[in-house]
Amino acid sequence: MQFDQILQYTLSGLSTGAIYALIGIGFSIIYNATGIINFAQGEFVMLGGLLTLSCLDLLKLPLWAAIPCAIAVSTLVGLIFERLAIRPLRQPTPINLVIITIGGSILMRGLAMLVWGKDTHTIPPFSGDTPIAVGGATILPQHLWILAITLVIILINKIYFYHTISGKAMRACSYNRRAAGLVGIDVKRMVLYSFVISSAMGAVAGIIVAPLTMTAYDVGVMLGLKGFCAAIIGGMSSGISTVIGGLILGVLESLGAGLISSGYKDAIAFIILLLILFIRPQGLFGKADSERV
Amino acid sequence: MKVKVMSFAVALMTMLFATSVFAAAPIKIGALFAVTGPAAFLGEPERNSAKMVIDEINKAGGVKGHKLELVAYDTAGDATKAVQLATKLIKDDKVVAIIGPSTTGETMAVIPVAEKEQIPLISCSAGSKITDPVKKWVFKTAQNDALAVGKIFEYLQKTKHTNVSILTVSDGFGASGREQLKNQAAKYGITIVTDDTYGPKDTDMTAQLTKIRGSHTQAIICWGTNPGPAVVAKNIRQLGIKTPLFMSHGVSSKKFIELAGEAAEGIKLPSGKVVVADVLPAADKQKKSLMAFVKDYQNHYKAEGDHFGGHAWDAVMLIKGAVENGAETAAALRDQLEKTKAFAGIGGSFTYSPQDHAGLGKDAFILVEVKNKDWVIVK
Repeated sequence: MQFDQILQYTLSGLSTGAIYALIGIGFSIIYNATGIINFAQGEFVMLGGLLTLSCLDLLKLPLWAAIPCAIAVSTLVGLIFERLAIRPLRQPTPINLVIITIGGSILMRGLAMLVWGKDTHTIPPFSGDTPIAVGGATILPQHLWILAITLVIILINKIYFYHTISGKAMRACSYNRRAAGLVGIDVKRMVLYSFVISSAMGAVAGIIVAPLTMTAYDVGVMLGLKGFCAAIIGGMSSGISTVIGGLILGVLESLGAGLISSGYKDAIAFIILLLILFIRPQGLFGKADSERV
Repeated sequence: MKVKVMSFAVALMTMLFATSVFAAAPIKIGALFAVTGPAAFLGEPERNSAKMVIDEINKAGGVKGHKLELVAYDTAGDATKAVQLATKLIKDDKVVAIIGPSTTGETMAVIPVAEKEQIPLISCSAGSKITDPVKKWVFKTAQNDALAVGKIFEYLQKTKHTNVSILTVSDGFGASGREQLKNQAAKYGITIVTDDTYGPKDTDMTAQLTKIRGSHTQAIICWGTNPGPAVVAKNIRQLGIKTPLFMSHGVSSKKFIELAGEAAEGIKLPSGKVVVADVLPAADKQKKSLMAFVKDYQNHYKAEGDHFGGHAWDAVMLIKGAVENGAETAAALRDQLEKTKAFAGIGGSFTYSPQDHAGLGKDAFILVEVKNKDWVIVK
C-alpha cells in the first residue's frame, strides 16, 4: 500500500515537474540572452491555454489546427512585448527591466480578464481521459503527452543551441554580451529571438497542461513563480539542469503534500527556493560565480 | 446685456432642477458586492440580480409611488474596502439600507459600522456567525453552511455511510465548512476518518486523494468553490476511486458540471432550489418566484440565474416588502424586515423574528445529484 502511494505521488509529481521545467527553461533562455528575469513568463503559459480555447470555440478549428494557431499568437505577443517594452529602454538597469516585466505581466493578466472573463475553462484532453494503470498507480493519457512533448522540446532546444549558428550566437551572448557584439553578433536580434522562443515554449506548456488543470486568466502567476523556482534550482541553465530542477520540484511538492500535509504544498516549493538561494545560489548544478581580482 | 443672459441662465437652471422636487423622493438602497477579485463568482451575479429586479420594480411604477435607487459599489472581496465603502454609502449617499457584502469576512467587518450608524444590513453571505448571536441591524439572505452540512450528514446517516473523509479548500468558505463538518459529525453519528485541505488555486489533488483512497472511508465530502472541486472530481475518476462523492453548495451551478465533465456524474450536493426550479412540484411555494427569477435573468443577461444571484434578489424583494408596509426610514425598514413572515424567495422561505435574523430552515436546501449533465432531486 505504501509503495503504491509513493508511486502515485511520484508520477503526478513528474508531470507537474515537467511543466515547471518547460516554464523554467523559458526563464533561463531570456536570462541567459539578456540578463533579465522575465516575470511575464507565466502569462505566456496562460495565453497558450486561453488562445487554444478561443481557437476551438470561436473559430471552430479542430484541435490539431488550434494548437499551432495559439502558439503563433502567443509568440507574436512575446515579440510585441519585447519590441514595445524592452527594446526602447534607454537605461536597461536590472531594476527597470524587472519592473517593466512585472508591469507587462499585470497588463496581460488584466487584458486576459477582460477578453475571457474570470471563469475557469476546460480544453478537451488530446487523446481521451481513460486512466492507465502503472503498477499500483494510475495516470491519464494527458500525463504521457506532457512528458513526451517536454522531452521533444528539450531535444529541439539542445539541437538549436548547440548545432545551429543562431543558437550558438545566443549562447555567445549569454557568456559575454560585449564580446559577442564585437565578433559581429547582432545582440538586439538575439534578445528578440530569446523572447520569441520563451513565449512559444511557455505557450506550449500552457496548452499541454490545460486539459488537466483547466485554465483561467490568472493561472500564470503561480505557474510562473514555480517555473522560476525550477530555473533557480537548475542554476538558470537552458538545458538538462533546469529540467531536473523542475522534476525535483514537482516530485518533492507532490510527496510533501501526500506524506506531510496538503496545506503546505505551495510552501514546500518556496521553502526549497529559499534554501537554494541561501545555501547554493548558483543552483544545484551550476558552477559558483568567481571573479578574478 | 451679459448679466441679463447670465441671470436668465441661472433662473432656467434653477427651474429645471426644481422640478425634481415634485416627484416622490426615491428610496436609496446601497449595495456592496465583490464584483471583481476572488469572490467575483458571488458578487457579479448578485449585482446583476439586484440591478435587474430594481429596474423591473421601477418600470412597474416603483413601490408606493417611490422609485428605488440602487447605489452599488465594488469591494473586490476586500474587507477594508468594504468598510470604507459602507461608510461612504451611509454618510455621502445617505442610503436607508445596505445589501451585501458578498463574503462572510467582509460582512463581519461591516457589521460594527451598520450597528453604530443604525442602518439595516442585509448580507448575502453564508457564515453562521453573521446572525448568531443576533444583532439588531443585521440580517442575511444566504443559507447557513450549517444547514448544508446537516443535509449531507442526514443523507449519510440514512444510507449508513458513517465513515467520511473531508477535503476542504483553505479559504474562508472552506474553513467555515470544515468547522461545521467537524462540529456536527457527532450529532449524526458520523466519524471523520481523514481531514485534508487544498489551496484555492491548486491544480492537482491526487496526493490528498491517494491518501484518502488508502483509508477505510465510505464517503468523500469536498467543500470548496470552482475550480477546485472540478479538479477533485477529475482526479477521483483518474485514480479509479469508487467511493461516493459529495460536494458543497458552493458548486451548485452548471459551470461545475461543465468543468468536471464526465467526472461529475453521480456527485450529490445540497443546493438552493433554483438549480432545479423547472422540475420542482407545482405545489412548492417557491416555484413561482424561482421560475420568474430564472427566466428574467436569462432574458437580461443571457446566462443562467444561479443560487448566488438569488441572495441579492431576495434582499431587494425583502426591502420592497418592508416599504410596501409603509417603511421609509432606516429604523422603520428594520422593524418591518424583522416582521417578515413566510416570504417565498429564491434561497428559501424567509421568516424573520427578533431572535432569528437568518430566516431560513432546513427546507432551504435540497439534495441533488448530477445525472446526464443535469441536476436531479435525490429522493
